[in-house]
Amino acid sequence: MTTIEVRELTKRYGPDVVVDGLSFTVEPGHVTGFLGPNGAGKSTTMRMILGLAPPTAGSVRIGGREYAQLPVPLTEVGALLDAGALHPARRADDHLLAIAQSNGIGRRRVAEVLAMVGLEKVAHRRAGGFSLGMRQRLGIAAALLGDPQILIFDEPVNGLDPEGIRWIRDFMRTLAAEGRSVLCSSHLMSEMAVTADHLVVIGRGRLIADTSMSEFTRSHGEGTVLVRAEYADELARHLTAAGGVVRRGLERSLIVTGLDSAEIGRLAAFHGVTLSELTPQAPSLEDVFMELTQDSVEYAGATA
Amino acid sequence: MSAATRPVETGPAARTQVRFADLLRSEWTKFRSLPSVRWTLLAMLVFTTGITLLVCGGDQGRYSALSPEDQLAWDPTALSLNSFFMAQLCVSVLGILVVTSEYATGTIRTSLSAMPRRGRLLAAKTSVFTVVALIAGQLTSFVAFLAGQAMIGSHDGSPTASLGDPGVLTAVSGTGLYLAAIGLLAVAVGTLTRATAGGLAVQVGITLLVPAFGGALPSGVQKAFAYWPSLGGPEIRNLVPTPEYPDAWTNLAGMTAGIAVVLVVAFAVFRRREV
Repeated sequence: MTTIEVRELTKRYGPDVVVDGLSFTVEPGHVTGFLGPNGAGKSTTMRMILGLAPPTAGSVRIGGREYAQLPVPLTEVGALLDAGALHPARRADDHLLAIAQSNGIGRRRVAEVLAMVGLEKVAHRRAGGFSLGMRQRLGIAAALLGDPQILIFDEPVNGLDPEGIRWIRDFMRTLAAEGRSVLCSSHLMSEMAVTADHLVVIGRGRLIADTSMSEFTRSHGEGTVLVRAEYADELARHLTAAGGVVRRGLERSLIVTGLDSAEIGRLAAFHGVTLSELTPQAPSLEDVFMELTQDSVEYAGATA
Repeated sequence: MSAATRPVETGPAARTQVRFADLLRSEWTKFRSLPSVRWTLLAMLVFTTGITLLVCGGDQGRYSALSPEDQLAWDPTALSLNSFFMAQLCVSVLGILVVTSEYATGTIRTSLSAMPRRGRLLAAKTSVFTVVALIAGQLTSFVAFLAGQAMIGSHDGSPTASLGDPGVLTAVSGTGLYLAAIGLLAVAVGTLTRATAGGLAVQVGITLLVPAFGGALPSGVQKAFAYWPSLGGPEIRNLVPTPEYPDAWTNLAGMTAGIAVVLVVAFAVFRRREV
C-alpha cells in the first residue's frame, strides 16, 4: 500500500493549535492538492508526516507504518519541503550523493535523477549559483532518488516563472499517472485547479473540504451565466422579474446568477430578444476557496 | 516505462535496511564536499605551525637568553606545542560547522527524513568527524613539534628535543588527542546550539574565557580546572609535569570523560528536538 493516512492529527505549540484533529487520506494515482491560506498548518502537517515534528495527538501512517519505522525511507517517500535547503558551496551531484548514500543508493542513480530533471550539465556546479527554478529541480531530483511511491511537495511552484511552473505541474501529473501518491501543498487555488485531481482544504488547522476537484467546484459556490444581447437593458428587466440576479459585466454584457442558461434562453426567446452570447461559467475555484477559507485566514487585510 | 519509473539500481546497492556504513559514507560525502572544511583544516595546520615558528623563533626559544631558573625548566617540546591554542580554535570551528551548517541551510530536514532514526545519524556524523579530528590533531601536533624544534635548533646552543627522547612521543601524540577531544566538544556544542555564531561563542567561552578569568571563579569551580580545556587538559604537552597538575594523563582522561557527558546530553536533545 502506498497511501498516506492522516488520522485525528493535532499539533499544539503552547496555547496555539496549529493542526486541529485533521484526518485525510492521500491515495495512489492522484495528485492530491493540499490547500489552505498561509499559516493554515500545511507545512506543520507535512513535517509531521515526515516524522520531523511529533504530533501532540493523532497519527500518520505511511502504507500502514509510522515514518520512523520505514526501513529504507527514501525508497518509500520522497519529499521536497524547501528548495533552498542546500549548502550553497556544495556541488549539485555531491548534494544528491550524500542523500543517496544515506539510504544505500549509488552514484548511478544520482546521474539518472539529474538527467530526469534536466540538470546533468550543471551537476558539477555549486548549488549556490542555481536559480530558484534549478533549485526546485534539484530538490525534486533528491525526492526521486529512491524511486518512491509517495511524493510530498511543499509549495513547489512558489516563486517560479511560468515555464518552471508548467514543468513541475507536468512532472507531478506524470508521477501520479504512474500510480504514485502525490501530495502537493499550495496556497494558490488557481494552481491547484490545473494540477490536482483531489483536494484537501484546511483553514486554521482544520479540515474544510476533502473531495475530488470536480465535486469541489460543483458543490461549492454557484455558477454564473454570461449573456450578451441586443437589448441588454430590456433583457435585464425580464431576468430580474424571473428571479435572477443581474450584474453588469464588461462591454455591455450581463452576468446572471440564479437562472441557468436554458432558462435565460427561453426567457429571451419568449420576449423576442436576440442573444449574441450565452455562456455558463463555472465558479472560479479561487472564489470558492476564498469563500471557504474566509473565516480562517490568520491575518486578513482590510478591504478598501 | 517513463524515466521516473526506472527502478533504482539493484544488486549490492539495493537495501532492505539502512546500514550504519551507508550513513558513514553519506556523512563523509557531506564532509569532503564542503570547501570550508578544507580551508579550516588547512588553516589549522598553517596557523598553528606559524605560531609555533614565531614562539620558538623569539626569545623564549633562545636557551642562552634565559635566566638560570628558566634554563632549569627548559622544555623545548612544550614550547613547540604551546600553539595548541590556535589549533583548538580551528578544530572547534570545524566541529561546530559539521553540525550547524545543516541547520543553517535547512538540510537537516532532508537528512532526518532520509534517516529518521536520529541517534544513528548523529552517531555517523560524530564518527566521521572523530576520524578526521584524530588525523588532523596528530598531523598538526607533529608538524608543530618538528617545525618548532627546527626553529629552536637554529639558535646557537639551544638544546632541542627529538621524537626518540623519553616522553616526547607521548607529549606530541597526547596533544593531538587533546585536539580531537576539543573537536568532539565542539560537535556537542554545535548540536546543542544549532547556530554557528552561538556555538562558537560557547566554545570560545569554554576554551578561552573560563581559563582567562579562572582566578576570579569560586574555588569549587577551580577544582574542575584540572580537567578543563586549555588548563589541565593540555598539560600532556609538558615533559616535566607542572606542580599543579602532576598526572597529565589523568587530566586528559578526565577532560575527555567530561566531554563524553556533554556529547551524551547533545545526543539526547538531538533525538527529541523538532526540526
